[in-house]
Amino acid sequence: MTDLSHHLPALQVIVPMLSAPLVMLLKPRGLARAAATAASLFAFAIAIAMTMGVLDGSTYTYRMGGWPAPYGIELGVDRFSALLLLIVTGASTFALLAGRRSVDADIDESRQPLFYAAWLLALAGLLGIPVAADAFNIFVFMEISSLASYVIIAGGSDRRALPAVFKYLIMGTIGATFYLIGVGLIYLMTGTLNLADMELRIHEVGDQKPILVAAGFITIGLALKAAVFPLHVWLPNAYTYAPNAVTVFLAACSTKVSLYLLLRFDFFVFQGNLAGHDVQFTYFLMPLAVLAILIASGVALFEQNIKRLLAYSSIAQIGYILLGASFVTVAGLTASTVHFFNHALAKGALFLAVSCLATSCVGLRLSDLGGVAKRMPWTAAAFVVAGFSLIGIPGTAGFISKWYLITAALEQGSLGIALVAVLVISSLMAVVYIWRIVEAIYFAEPSSDLSAVGEAPFMMLAVTWAAVLANLYFGLAPDVPVTLATSAAETLLEHLP
Amino acid sequence: MKLLGLVYYWAFAIVLMIGFYAVIAKPNLIKKLIGLSIFQAAVFLLYITMGKVDGGTAPIFQDGVSVYSNPLPQVLILTAIVVGISTTALGLGIVVRIKEEYGSIEEHEIQEQDRQ
Repeated sequence: MTDLSHHLPALQVIVPMLSAPLVMLLKPRGLARAAATAASLFAFAIAIAMTMGVLDGSTYTYRMGGWPAPYGIELGVDRFSALLLLIVTGASTFALLAGRRSVDADIDESRQPLFYAAWLLALAGLLGIPVAADAFNIFVFMEISSLASYVIIAGGSDRRALPAVFKYLIMGTIGATFYLIGVGLIYLMTGTLNLADMELRIHEVGDQKPILVAAGFITIGLALKAAVFPLHVWLPNAYTYAPNAVTVFLAACSTKVSLYLLLRFDFFVFQGNLAGHDVQFTYFLMPLAVLAILIASGVALFEQNIKRLLAYSSIAQIGYILLGASFVTVAGLTASTVHFFNHALAKGALFLAVSCLATSCVGLRLSDLGGVAKRMPWTAAAFVVAGFSLIGIPGTAGFISKWYLITAALEQGSLGIALVAVLVISSLMAVVYIWRIVEAIYFAEPSSDLSAVGEAPFMMLAVTWAAVLANLYFGLAPDVPVTLATSAAETLLEHLP
Repeated sequence: MKLLGLVYYWAFAIVLMIGFYAVIAKPNLIKKLIGLSIFQAAVFLLYITMGKVDGGTAPIFQDGVSVYSNPLPQVLILTAIVVGISTTALGLGIVVRIKEEYGSIEEHEIQEQDRQ
């Protein structure tokens, strides 16, 4: 038994990756979906098992083929990566469990096995990034996840997804290539690709200029992948025109994995080694974070399509995560990592509610949704509660991260007061844009005949409500994510000089 | 001599920027993909260059040879080439679908149609 638990980091990636070709072969109706869901559930169980394992402070280390690091390839899971694994597998599992109707509506039955295979590959890639402890493996996993994501985003019936995904492909590849250049420059100077070994050997490098350039390339490349303002232009259309189930999956986790990697590199590898890196990190990213929060929330205020509205809100939320990180304090990083988890919960639940709405509404523009709450009371209620969590009403998960973020901002002195003002203004903006949707679905006059509109399928509603209740549960009992986040913050800051 | 030794790094930077320019400036989607391929090829050059040791041969153990080039960057770049090919193939696939749906592969014409 102990032997098997030792293999969990490898299994985490291998299970979805090897299930993908199998799923592709399952032609009979529904089997592919069932197999993909089972693989995703299994991966979720592994992630939960590893989270339990690291809660006491231990870490998993796995040597591929038994070769010792830094010569062999190493996998490692600590509390920060466990949190990410939990988010990614959870998002995939929830989206697959609820996604039947959405996938059936968007994708021909004959192509569904291929679609689910691509989904599992995206899952495997997204899981590989937190698990891998080697910069080049991370690049390969990043490309696996990106290529597979492009496929599932473009897999739907909406033709506007195609130009959106083309833009995503171009920008995603540029981001990944920048990352690769950065890793190459570090390899040039240190001769290693293992992250832990890299950190030690950068100390020995005499001329730090190439490392500084590498830090720039890696930060910008990953910021592109993470849709950090103003590099976010690929995100709104990609999320809007993707099939709903895909939006649930990717909106909850894909940018967060890139942000995770950004923090891992900047704090773990560079922070202790480059003089003044913490100051540069703060003054480069804090203005971007503030702009992201204000501008993206502002755009969301005027958006008519609710998927696009929520996509812009995601860009603002990425700003919150970066803002916390840019303080370079334990409190700030705790706020930022805990927001990884809470935003995934809130946005996942919101997009699940949107896919419920999409099952019977003619469109997803505000004008199409007039008065549907009368016909879909459960969906509408789920949307409202998840919206509370996004805004940060006490009692929901979103409140926990806002609370930590404001506490962290207040430690920053007079600058902190201004930042708190930014946070309050953006929360008010969130109230307004969520209210616009709530107003439409509850109080607006129906623009078309609603007699055909009915409640979403039971399974979909059940999963949506499970996500909504998770928002409430982690709002009232936030111990697990907060413990993981606090210790992730402490680990990241250990490397400060 | 030092400048000459760095010539491959200069080539890397120049090729990289040529590719990047094409990606940004060309409105034709195929030309964008060509730019993207050039952009990635530049990085291959960076990795291959760093693995080369002056006077070194292939890393095969044999008598009378003591200087070997570093094989690891070449192995890494084999993987990166595969990634590059997959990206280009997928990109071209998407362009074919765009052409089917929109009847054009010019960026502004596609945007024009979406605005309607």
